[in-house]
Parts: sequence; C-alpha cells; structure tokens
Amino acid sequence: MMKGSSRVTENIIKTLIWAAALSVLTVLVVIIAYILIRGLPVISWQFLTEIPRNMGRSGGISSTIVGTLMVTLVAIVIATPFGIGTAFYLAEYTRRDSMVTRVIRFSAESLAGIPSIVYGLFGFIFFVKYLGMGWSVLSGGLTLAIMILPTIIRTSEEAILAVPNLYREVSYSLGGTKWQTIVKTVLPSAIRGIANGVILSVGRCVAETAAVVLTAGSALRMTTSLTSPTRTMAVHFYILASEAISFENAYGTAALLIILIFLINVVANTLINRFIAKGR
Amino acid sequence: MKKFNEKLSGRVFFILALSSISMLALITVFIISRGVPLIANVGLKNFFGMTWAPSRGLFGITPMIIGSVSVTLGAAIIGIPIGLCCSIFLAEFAPVRMREIFRPAIQLLAGIPSVVYGFWGLLFVVPFIRNYLGGAGLSILAGSIILGIMILPTIISISEASILAIPKQYLYKEGALALGLTQLQTIRFVLLPAAKSGIVSAVILGIGRAIGETMAVIMVLGNSVALPTSVLDPVRTLTTNIGIEMGYAKDEHQQALFATGIVLFIIIMILNSTAQYLTRRKR
Amino acid sequence: MKHIKTSFAAILLLLLLSACGNSSVEKVIVAGSTSVQPYAEVLAEEFSILVPDSEVDVQGGGSSAGISAAEDNTADIGMSSRGLKDSEMDLWHIEIAKDGLVMIVNPANSVSDLTLEQIRGIYTKSIGNWSELGGTDAKIHVIAREEGSGTRDAFESLIMGGEWVTPKAIIQNSNGAVKQIVSSDPNAIGFISLGLADSDVKVLNLDGVTPSGENVKNGLYSLYRPFLFVSSRPPEGAVKRFIDFTCSAEGQKLLADEGLIPMEGN
Repeated sequence: MMKGSSRVTENIIKTLIWAAALSVLTVLVVIIAYILIRGLPVISWQFLTEIPRNMGRSGGISSTIVGTLMVTLVAIVIATPFGIGTAFYLAEYTRRDSMVTRVIRFSAESLAGIPSIVYGLFGFIFFVKYLGMGWSVLSGGLTLAIMILPTIIRTSEEAILAVPNLYREVSYSLGGTKWQTIVKTVLPSAIRGIANGVILSVGRCVAETAAVVLTAGSALRMTTSLTSPTRTMAVHFYILASEAISFENAYGTAALLIILIFLINVVANTLINRFIAKGR
Repeated sequence: MKKFNEKLSGRVFFILALSSISMLALITVFIISRGVPLIANVGLKNFFGMTWAPSRGLFGITPMIIGSVSVTLGAAIIGIPIGLCCSIFLAEFAPVRMREIFRPAIQLLAGIPSVVYGFWGLLFVVPFIRNYLGGAGLSILAGSIILGIMILPTIISISEASILAIPKQYLYKEGALALGLTQLQTIRFVLLPAAKSGIVSAVILGIGRAIGETMAVIMVLGNSVALPTSVLDPVRTLTTNIGIEMGYAKDEHQQALFATGIVLFIIIMILNSTAQYLTRRKR
Repeated sequence: MKHIKTSFAAILLLLLLSACGNSSVEKVIVAGSTSVQPYAEVLAEEFSILVPDSEVDVQGGGSSAGISAAEDNTADIGMSSRGLKDSEMDLWHIEIAKDGLVMIVNPANSVSDLTLEQIRGIYTKSIGNWSELGGTDAKIHVIAREEGSGTRDAFESLIMGGEWVTPKAIIQNSNGAVKQIVSSDPNAIGFISLGLADSDVKVLNLDGVTPSGENVKNGLYSLYRPFLFVSSRPPEGAVKRFIDFTCSAEGQKLLADEGLIPMEGN
C-alpha cells in the first residue's frame, strides 16, 4: 500500500521534472522563433554593411555592429586578467576560511549582484563626468569591464577549486613549484570552466543595454576611435523598439544579436573541446 | 630565477585581487557620496515615504521597494521551481542526446539581451494579459513572467553544476542506490543536501538578477509610482526608477536616484550576507 | 606563456595608441532631450553630407542631462525640450523650433474631442471611465511621461494648472513608447509630440481645435513647447556651423518636414 502510493508520487514528480525541463525548452523556442521569423528576412548584405539612415528607419546597422565589438573587446581585454588573477589568488594562495579570502569573496559576490543600471550610474558619474572621458567606447568598455569582473572571478574560482587536490599533490611530489603547479596542472584542468566564464561575460557585454547607454552613449555615426561615442546593437534595438521607430529593423537587429550570441557560444564550445582533446 | 618567479607570481595575483576589490570600494564610495546628502537633507521620513514627486520635493521610495519585492517574488515563484526541476532533470534524468540540446539552449537563453525579452513581453505577454485577464496588461504579472524566464539560466546552470560537482569518489549516489533508495529518494536525501550550497547560491544569484534587471521590466511593468493592489496593477521597481528618470534628473532629483541606488546596494548586500551565512553554517 | 604576455602587452599598447590617435576632423557632440534627438539626427545626417570633414554625434539622455552636459562641456550642444530654469538662464541658448503637444487615443476609441477640463479630470483620476466622456464603458488607462521629462513639464504647466498627475498613471520614458502603448491598448490615453503622431493613433481635438502647425502659429492651439539648443559658451567653429545650418532655411525646412513648427520667418 505504502509502496504503491509512493511509486505514484514518484511518477508524478518525475513527470513534473520532465515537464519543467520541456517548458524551458519551449519558452526558448517560442522567443527565438518569434524574433527570427520576423527578423531574418530583414538581414541582408546591405543591412550589415550600411550605416543607419533616418534614425535607423532605413539603412543598415553597420556602425552599431562595430560599436558592439569595440566596447566588448575593451571590456574583455581589461577584465579577463584581473578576474582570472583574482580567482587564482583566492583559490591557490589563501586558505578558504582566511579573512582576506572572505573579504574578497564577499566583495566579488556583492559586485556580481549589483544591478547593471548601478554600474551605469557609476560609469556615467566616474568615467564620463569625473574623469572627463565623455560618452565613449572607452567609458562603456571600462564600465562593462567592472561589471563582468565578478562573473569571471566567480566562475574561474569555481573551476579552479573543482580541480581535485590529488592533481596538485602529484605535481608537488614530482618537485613542481607552486607556479609550475598552477600553470601546468591546475590551469589546463580548469580552463574549460574559466573559458566558460569569459564567454558568459562576452555575451553579457554584447547584450547589456542599461549600463552602456549611460556610458558609451547612443550616437549612430560610425565610431572612429576609442574616445568617440557609439551605439551598441542592443541599445540600437532598444531605441528602435521602445520608440517604435522601426519594428522591422528592430527585429533584424535582434535576430542578428541572437545569431551572434549563438555563434560566440558555438565557437567557444568547439575551441574548448579541441583544447581538452589535445591536452589529454 | 625560479624563486623570483614564485614570489613575483604570488605578488601579481595579490595585486590583481586587490585591484578587483578596490573597484567595489570605489563604486560604493561614489554611489554613497552622491546619494547620502539627499537622504540627510530631506530626512528618512520623506525618503521612505509613500509619495514620489521629485519636482515637488517628495522623494518617498516605499512604492518602489514594494514594487521590487512583489515583482521579484513573482519571478522567484515562477523561475525557481522550474529552474531547479530542470537542473535535476539535466543532472540525473536527461538522456545524453537531450543534454546536448539543453546545454547550448540554456547558454543561448542566458545570452539573449534583456531588451529582447522585454520587447517580446511587450508584444506577446502584455497583450495576452490585457485581453484575457484585464487591466492595461503592463503589470506585476507581466514583469514576473519575463523575469521568471530570465533567471532560469542562472538557476539551472549553477545548480546543475553543483549537483554534478558532488565528488563521485564519495560514492554518494552509488552508495545510496545500494542502500535501496529509489532514484528520487537519492536525489532528495543525498544529492540535493550535498549540492545545497550551490543551489542556494544559484537561487540567490537568480533573485539578485531579478532585482537588478532594468531594461526588460521598464518595457512591461508600466512604471506607476502608486501602491499596487493586485498583480494586474502596474508598478515601478527601484531599478526602473533609476533607468526611467536618470536622463531627465538634475540636482536633488539626480541625488535621489543615487539614493535609490544605495537602497538597491543594501538589499544586495543583505542577500549576499545571508547566503554566505547559510552556506558557511552548513559546512 | 610568454606569447600570451607579449600579445597582451601589444593589445594594451594598441588600445592606448588608438585612444590618443585623434584625427583633425572637427567633432560636435550633441546630447540631451530624447524628444529633440530624432530631429537632431536628421539634421546631423544632412549636415555631414554638406560638410564632409565634420563629425556630429547625436546622443539621447534627456533634457536635464543635455543641459548639464552642456554646462560641464561633456557635450558641445545640449538639447532641451523644456524652457530653461532660472539657474540655467546664463547658458547660451537658441530656440530651434516649436513642437506641438497632442493627446492621443487608440484608433478604435470613439471619443475624438476633449476639453482641457476633461483632460485634467482624466489625469487626476476624477474621471475614470470612457463612458463619462461619451465613449464605451471601460476603465481609462492613463499614460504619462516620467518626472523631469520636458514633455511632462510642458503637459503639467499647460494642462494640469498646479494639480498632480495621479501616481496610478502608467509611466513611459519616451514619446515612441507612449505611442506604442496607446496604439495597442483600446482604452489608453497619452500625450506625445505632434510631429510623431501618425495613423497608428488617433489625435484628439482640444476644445474643437485640430492640432496642427497652422493652429499653433495662429494661436488657436495652445499646447506647445520650445525645442532649445544650449551651450556653455557662444558657439564657434564646427559647432557654430551646425547651429547656423539648423537655423537656415534648409535646416528649418527639414524640421518642418518632420512635423515641427519652424521659427518665425521660415
């Protein structure tokens, strides 16, 4: 009797778990299909290579593609060394329960939780106004760098801690120094997790709107230098959509964003897999 | 040379770590130094009052706090159970084939810009609510649905990773199965408790993302500054208050938005401290 | 490992170099009101064709952000869609056009004329149902702009007469967003820039007067506000040329084509 009813419950719970998983997949498919069906027909060679005309009502989105790439590049180049360095310091150079570790980890976690709009406020007041950098690729990139730093720290630290201690002990017992152990043993085993964090961050940069619009600005012209203002694709999409300037071009931009993020994921995943295959 | 390298690498890592936390210090100092003068000027009673009308010198943010809490709660109710079930599915039930579909799918879900979710919500969810449930459609419910979807990747990926990270050499699972526990009992009594700290941090990061989201909710919440009476009422959250008025704010009004930022900041700190306290006590 | 270090150093160097490497092109940064932004972008596009070695960047941000950006020189020209406050009057400024403010409803709405009194009633919530205005029996969904917006400033001073806009009003932070909501919600009412109203929404008459550039000029339609360019100092160089272009017959014609009301004499 007991057994029978518990088996029923068990089956119900299993069904629920399956249903939850499938509903996640369904939602993804619905959203992506919604955007792609309307957006893909808009994308053409001209759409990719022409500068927006008439506020984005006509013309392409080339300047916003360049803007997105530049802002993201600045952010990643600056945040990655700091993030991975901090993670190694936390994981390899301090005891897990030491005061330093706790303070840094608490800071990193709090930084991770701060809403992007607050980063935007900070970047606007500090980089744009206080340092006089104006709305620019650099202001936007630096703001994003600070924003993604905690993500990179957290994911890298987790990847490093997931490397079994056995590996380190073997390396030491073979006469390896700490540095050698980190570079030759820990890093190769943790690289997948670390790279995953960096990729997540690239995605966040490409997708971010609130922090970028306050710091990199929303100028439509093609960016010529790091000190010029620019408009990223996500900001362009937001302005086109929320101001109802052109739904058609908004869908096109969104479709391109989704494709771009998909490609970033695919490329990164293949690279990591190849790296792992080679390492083993 | 070797020794030098050793010392240097240690130093470099320390300096990198130090610069990272000084960023937090810098942000904190800036936000506080901009926002506190206003709170001091108008007083806590005004600041935590019920009326937000900056042009008339009233800076009450209580409606926004209630807005943030209600929308986040809604998102949690929708997102957490689905997310957790999905992560258990991925870690324990999913056939390899399905896992290969899910992983990139969730990566993609995490990568879609929040404005795209907002736009989809505006054209898909909002009209649905307006036509079938009533009201203007721009509402707590619409925001909760959008945020509930947006926090899924955070919850799924972190809790899945923490379930998978349970060391196999402890033979937790195999041992439990050998003791005659069913698969679900094993999950409930062995895997979930062992992965608890990861799951808790997944939930807290998810909630943090919900509280912090700005652009998507600006588009679907309606942004009224009145107290909501039902889930179909429009509300404004702390983040949207900053996002929607930042461009037009000056002087005291701008300070008030920084003060709103301080409140957000404190909420996040409390969340994180709770999470850290919970996970540490368990160890 | 060495490779990584060298390439990282190289990238940093490259960043620094490109940060310093500015050409001799004359740059003008225009920032501020999102109401003025679309029109300034049209002007900038045309200007860049006429003066190829100029770079005019147009930014949003909002009226107050534009004015403060002009004050501290973050921007060369600030755009404002509201009159200047007393504390801002010492800035150099010029009115580039007038913009009418129109009340809009969904095309499906049967109401087509409101009085100032009725609009005030709707926005204070003393009128809550379309049936009180001769429409169908449905709750009115009130849409307004955010505190501090130039458009809301104008709305409050022209219509509300010191009374408060209800806190229950749905707030959207751009003309386009208000229009988008009204065009999809049959029970909504909002206010936007005259130049942006098109067939997606129904423009309401005010006390029987149709909103139009003509009726603003001859004084029949009273809802309008100025669009301003402000600067911390009298303009010179490329900034002056851009402003001159804006005020020229050609620039004013561009603005008029987009639905604004040009300055006197044009």
